[in-house]
Amino acid sequence: MNSASRLTRWVVGILGIIITSVVFLVPFAFVLLTASKSSKEAGKLAFSLPTEFHLFDNVVAVFEARNNMLTTAFINSTILTVASVALMVVFGSMIAYVLARRKSRLNGLINAMVLAGLIVPPAVVPTIWVLQGLNLFKTLPGLIFIEVAFGLSFTILIMRAFVATIPKEIDEAAIIDGAGPIRLFFQVIFPLLRSVIITVVVVQSVAVFNDFQNPLYFLPGDANATVQLTLYNFRSQFSTQYNLLFTNILIITIPLLIMYLIFQRQIVAGMTSGAVKG
Amino acid sequence: MTSTTSTAEPAQVASPNRKHKDHVAKRYPLWFLIPGGLIYLIFFVVPTLASFYFAFTRWTLFESEWIGLQNFTLFLSEPGLIGSLWNTLVYGFVTSGAKVVLGMLLAVVLSMPLIARGYLRSVTFFPVLLSAVGVGLTFQVLLDPFNGIVNKVWTAITGGDGPQWLTNPDIALLSVAGIDVWKGLGIATLIYIAGIAAIPNEYFEAARVDGASSWQVFRSIILPLSFPATSTVILLSLIGGLRSFDLIWTTTGGGPGFSSDVIASVIYKQYQAGYYGLSTAGNVILFVVVTAIVYPLNRWLNSKETDL
Repeated sequence: MNSASRLTRWVVGILGIIITSVVFLVPFAFVLLTASKSSKEAGKLAFSLPTEFHLFDNVVAVFEARNNMLTTAFINSTILTVASVALMVVFGSMIAYVLARRKSRLNGLINAMVLAGLIVPPAVVPTIWVLQGLNLFKTLPGLIFIEVAFGLSFTILIMRAFVATIPKEIDEAAIIDGAGPIRLFFQVIFPLLRSVIITVVVVQSVAVFNDFQNPLYFLPGDANATVQLTLYNFRSQFSTQYNLLFTNILIITIPLLIMYLIFQRQIVAGMTSGAVKG
Repeated sequence: MTSTTSTAEPAQVASPNRKHKDHVAKRYPLWFLIPGGLIYLIFFVVPTLASFYFAFTRWTLFESEWIGLQNFTLFLSEPGLIGSLWNTLVYGFVTSGAKVVLGMLLAVVLSMPLIARGYLRSVTFFPVLLSAVGVGLTFQVLLDPFNGIVNKVWTAITGGDGPQWLTNPDIALLSVAGIDVWKGLGIATLIYIAGIAAIPNEYFEAARVDGASSWQVFRSIILPLSFPATSTVILLSLIGGLRSFDLIWTTTGGGPGFSSDVIASVIYKQYQAGYYGLSTAGNVILFVVVTAIVYPLNRWLNSKETDL
């Protein structure tokens, strides 16, 4: 490497660090600082260090607000995310597998459905009508099914391309060893999908955990609140407790942040194999 | 996202050997489609089809009365409602266009051997993990016309008052679009990074041997060969943009007035007000708008891709 390109490496890198810090880290720092302030100080909305450090008090206050609503919401959101993403992965991979392996007359229809699922905006009130008919309106299982139905297309799309890269000889070897279709899929193929499963789990967990619109429509009510809806605890028409609001934002971001830090590398790999080269 | 090639075993197509077919069917049973398919059918397909009926009714969820095109004529004649259609298009195209341009730019930079490249990639991706509600509420504060830090910096630099980002009807929608780009750029960049990484190294080596400048490399290699990534970014961000609700609802609530209302926020407002038929008509209009734009675009992008 010659000296000119080494210089570019440094100059562009440092420039990048400065720009990204301003654009991406300042808002985050602002959230963190405000979450550490007292109610009065936070109300000034200034970008400054807190005079007294109140983060722990604020965390306690946020959890205790409105009869521990945040705790309930965390439980609801966790059940919602884990259950719907698990169903998406299992059912989605089953469909993607058959779709990629077996040529049948259904393939055209399924591909059209997958495309429709990506494009078509869900019809809100008719969905409520269906949920009500099934006695699932305002229930967690109802919302889980909704999230699965809305997330299935993306899951199948990414997985289909990945299944195609698994050599068929593996299937044949398993068949010769006497594996039936269920064992062939769940014991042989499913573990091989690991990297694309991680991508799907991360992307869909972010989508479901952060979802605001669907809980708002299909799971209204404080007892059923998901974490996104707790953000409205600290706002009223007349005043906002900014320190608690930003503490809440901070708390509900942490689970996804941890997940991202763990799976960071695999996400790019999964994207490369699935989304782009589809 | 891009192509719909099913990978059938060639032997299967070539020989209509009955025994072989049974064998394949046994290995890959069609009932695998049922659990997911059933959920999709009940909770997505049925409501979508039902919307085409209920959009033409006055509806209480329990009873519906057929009123023909009234919901649609109301939707298209009210300035507040028809404006949302226009806003939806502006929002969709502005966010999508910005994500394509900025995403590619960032990806090219982040594909260079920089110092702190891993850090830069992580930081750019970070907002993708945040919730639209959290981002919306945070930016409401950052963009506060008087106390917000954005305008304080603005005043410090220019001396004048900064724009009223979210409260001026002329720019509120674009401000929200800007926040959307801030939040969603990481995905576009990630897709482009994957797309650029997939370009075979020989192209770059050949270009270096020929003494091509960086601009020429970008123009003749990266730009055309990352086209699959471009079409993915365009489609994903356009679909997201045209349907977007969360961010608009949490930053401006469609206001001031109706200046940043999009179809999705109108659907919610009509639903809240108890006009279920009208709300569903909004859904049908959104369906038509999104499909009419995205479906042909998808086909066109796919055909361009195979030309490559």
